[in-house]
Amino acid sequence: MMFVPGNNPGMMADAHIYGPDSIMLDLEDSVTMAEKDAARLLVYNALKTIDYGNTEMVVRINPLNTPYGKKDVEAVVKAGVDVIRMPKTETADEVRELEAEILKVETEIGRVGETRIMAAIESALGIVNAYAIATASPRMMGIALGAEDYSANLKTNRTPGGAELLLAREQIVVAARAAGICCFDTVYSNLDDMETFRKEVELIKTLGFDGKSIINPRQIEVVNSVFTPTEKEINKARAVVAAIKEAQAKGSGVIAVNGKMVDRPVVLRAERTIALAVAAGVISEEEAL
Amino acid sequence: MRNSKVVSLEEAIRRSGLRDGMTISFHHHFRGGDKVVNMVVDKLAEMGFKDLKLAASSLSDVHKPLIEHIRSGVITGISTSGLRGELADAISHGLMANPVVFRSHGGRGSAIANGELKIDVAFLGASSSDELGNACGYSRSQNAKSICGSLGYALPDARYAAHVVVITDDLVEYPNMPMSIHAADVESVVVVDSVGDSSKIAAGAIRDSKNPRDILLAKQAAKVIINSGLFVDGFSIQTGTGGASLAAVKYIREEMISRGIKASFALGGITAHMVKLHEEGLIGKLIDVQSFDKVAAESIKNDPSHQEVSAVEYASGQHLGSATHALDIVILSALEVDTDFNVNVLVGSDGIIRGAIGGHQDTAADSALSIIVCPLLRGRIPCVVPKVTTLITPGKSVDVVVTEYGIAVNPLRPEIAQRLRQAGLKVVDIHELADKAGSIIGTPDPLPFGDKVVGVVMNRDGSVLDRIYNIV
Amino acid sequence: MESGDIMVTIGPGEGLQIELQSSVAAQFGRQIKAVITETLEGLGVQDAHVQAIDKGALDCTIRARVTAAAVRATGKDVWKD
Repeated sequence: MMFVPGNNPGMMADAHIYGPDSIMLDLEDSVTMAEKDAARLLVYNALKTIDYGNTEMVVRINPLNTPYGKKDVEAVVKAGVDVIRMPKTETADEVRELEAEILKVETEIGRVGETRIMAAIESALGIVNAYAIATASPRMMGIALGAEDYSANLKTNRTPGGAELLLAREQIVVAARAAGICCFDTVYSNLDDMETFRKEVELIKTLGFDGKSIINPRQIEVVNSVFTPTEKEINKARAVVAAIKEAQAKGSGVIAVNGKMVDRPVVLRAERTIALAVAAGVISEEEAL
Repeated sequence: MRNSKVVSLEEAIRRSGLRDGMTISFHHHFRGGDKVVNMVVDKLAEMGFKDLKLAASSLSDVHKPLIEHIRSGVITGISTSGLRGELADAISHGLMANPVVFRSHGGRGSAIANGELKIDVAFLGASSSDELGNACGYSRSQNAKSICGSLGYALPDARYAAHVVVITDDLVEYPNMPMSIHAADVESVVVVDSVGDSSKIAAGAIRDSKNPRDILLAKQAAKVIINSGLFVDGFSIQTGTGGASLAAVKYIREEMISRGIKASFALGGITAHMVKLHEEGLIGKLIDVQSFDKVAAESIKNDPSHQEVSAVEYASGQHLGSATHALDIVILSALEVDTDFNVNVLVGSDGIIRGAIGGHQDTAADSALSIIVCPLLRGRIPCVVPKVTTLITPGKSVDVVVTEYGIAVNPLRPEIAQRLRQAGLKVVDIHELADKAGSIIGTPDPLPFGDKVVGVVMNRDGSVLDRIYNIV
Repeated sequence: MESGDIMVTIGPGEGLQIELQSSVAAQFGRQIKAVITETLEGLGVQDAHVQAIDKGALDCTIRARVTAAAVRATGKDVWKD
C-alpha cells in the first residue's frame, strides 16, 4: 500500500504506474489545515477521473471529531473509493460511527455497502482494543499499525530493530486473524537505507502481516521480493494442491506428498503461497489452477 | 620556436583568406561552456564580415549572441545538429531568411567528407595545443583549464576544412603527443584566456537519478536488453545521458556480473558510468566521440583502450567501417514517438526547436537493436503520439519503445516481441499507448505553424527528411 | 508549485474573464479555459475574474483547483456541513 499526499496532483496521477497493490491517498497528516478543502477536492476529482486499473484505492480521511472528517467521508464515498482508512482508531464505537456516516452517504447516492473500512491503530488503547475494532463492522477489511503515534504514545522512540513495536505488531496480526481480515504494517521512512527496510519487511512477513505500507515507489521492489514466493516454494505448494485434488477425486482421506503426511495447515499455507505468487505476477491464474 | 603558428585571432582570420559568403565551422565539445563560437563571430563582425555560413556540430543556449549577428547579416546560414534556448526560439519564430540545416553527427561527418558540406575555415577550440597545432581535448600540463576529452566532432573539420585555426587556452611544449588534431592539418594557433567555462563543459558529476519514473523506465529498458537475445558475451552498447539511460546501465551491470557476461565495447558519448564498467573489466574498449564528464575526459587521456573516434568513424552511414555498424544495442531518448515508430528529438510539443539530432538517426539505423526510452507523458505533454511534429529518425530503424505504461515493439521485429513476452514483460501495441495518452490528457490543438520553412532535417544519406515551419 | 498542478485565484468580475498562463497553452489553452468555465458554471458562478497559472495540470486537477478557489471566494462549500 503506497501512501500518496492528497495535495500532490502529479503524484496522484502517476502512482499506479509503479504497480503497488493499493494506493492510499492521504487527506490527514500530509495535508496542512489550510489545504484540507483543496486536497479533498483533488482526491475526489482524481478518484472520479483517473483510471487506476486494478489498483485498490484507499483514502485516509481526517478523524470524524475534526471539522474535516465528515466532509472527507462524503467526498470519497461519492467518488467511489474502495476503502476508507480511519486514522487513530481506539474503540469499536468509533468504527460504528464511521460506518453510520458512510451508510448515510451511500444511501443518498444509492450505492449501499460498497465502501469498506480499514482501521489504523496508533495508540496503546487501540492496541488493547484491536480485536474489538477488527470485528466492529462487516465492512472492516483490515487493520494497520501506525507506528509513529503509537511509539510516542508508549513514551518510547522508534528503533531500527523495532523492539518497541513487537507487541503491537503481534497483537494486530492476532486480532486480524481472529477476525478473518487483513493486517498491514506501518511505513518505514528512511529511503536511503534499503537494507534496514528489507530486514523490517522480512520481520513483518514472518510475524504474519499481509503487507507493508510504503511512502515511495522505490520501496515496492523490496516488499515484492520479500513477499513473492520463491520458485521452490511455489513448486512445493503446487505439489500439495495437486495431491489434494487427486485425493479428493479418489475419495481418499489420507494425503501424502513425497511420503510425508499433509494436514490442513499445510494445505492452507500452500494455497496462500499460490495466491501470493499469482498476486505478484510470478505465475498466471491459469497456472495456479 | 621556429615555424611557430601562434598568432592573434585577428591575424589568423586575415591569413585564412576568409571572405564574405564563405563557410566557417565549430565543434560543440565545450557544450554549454563554449566561448569559442561567440568569441570568433564577435571578432568577424568587428572585422566587417558579412553573409557567413556557420557550420557547427551543435549549438546551445550559450550561443544566443548569434541572434544579433544574424540580424545584422554577419551570419546568414546555419547548419548544426541541434539548437536550444533563445537562439532556437528566435529561429523557430522566423529569425533567418535561410532555413537551418539539421544533420546527425554521422550525417555531418559524411557531408564534410564527401564535400557536400564544404568548410572554408574551421575554428577549433582545443584544451591544449603546441605551437604547431598538435591539439587535444585534454591537457598533460599543470595549466589545464578547459578539459573536454574527446574531440571527435572536430576531427572531420580538422581533416577536410580548407583552412584550420586551433584556438586554445593552454599552449604546451612541442610535441603535444599523442594528439587528436594533427599539426599537419593546422594553419594557425591562437592562444586565448579561456576557450570554455569548465563548470559548464561537463555539467558536474552526473548523479544517479532518484526520480522513481526514471528508475522504472531504466529497469524496463534493462529488462528489454537482457531478454532481447542480444545480451550475450561480447555484446556492444551505446547509451545516452538521460537519467533513465544512465540508471539502465546500473541494472545491466548487475546482470552482467551475475551472468558472467562481458561487453566488447561501449560507443558514443562516454560517461563516468561506462568508464566504471570498463575499469571493472566488464567492457573491453570505449569508443569515444564525446566525453560527457570529467571522469570520461580523464580516462581518454590515460587509458589506451579508451579510444577517440571522429564523427565519420563513429557514425557515418556512407563509410562502412564506422563503429555504429558494429553496434548491437543502443538506448535512446525521444521527445515524441508516433504510432509508426517515427521519432522526434528536435522540435518541442509547442513547435519550438529545443533539441538535437545527435547520433539518434545514425545509431538507430545501424544498431542491431534500438530502444527508445521515454515517459508516456511529461506533465500534460504526450510523448507517444499519432504523428510526430517533426520526423528525425524514421520508424523502420526503431525497434522498441519503453514507457511506464508498457513496451511497444516494432511489428518489423516480431522475434523481439516474442522474446520479451516470454520473459513476462508487458508488450503492448503502440496504438494502445497513444490512445492511453489521449485518454489522460485529451487531444491537443494543432500547433500554429506558419508557412515559412525555418529548418530542414537531413537524413544521414543526404536526402531531405522533413521541414520545420515557423511558429506564429 | 509542482509540475502537473495549476494555481487558480478567483476575484469579482463581470461575466467570466479567464487569464491563463500555461506551459502548454499552444495545445491545451482552449481546453483548460473550457474546463474552468464549465466548472464555474456547474457551481453557478457567472461573474468572476479568474487567474490561472498552469504547469501541465490534468482536467481533474483543474476542476478541483477551480472548485476550491470558488468555494473559498463564495464561502459556499460543495459538501454538507
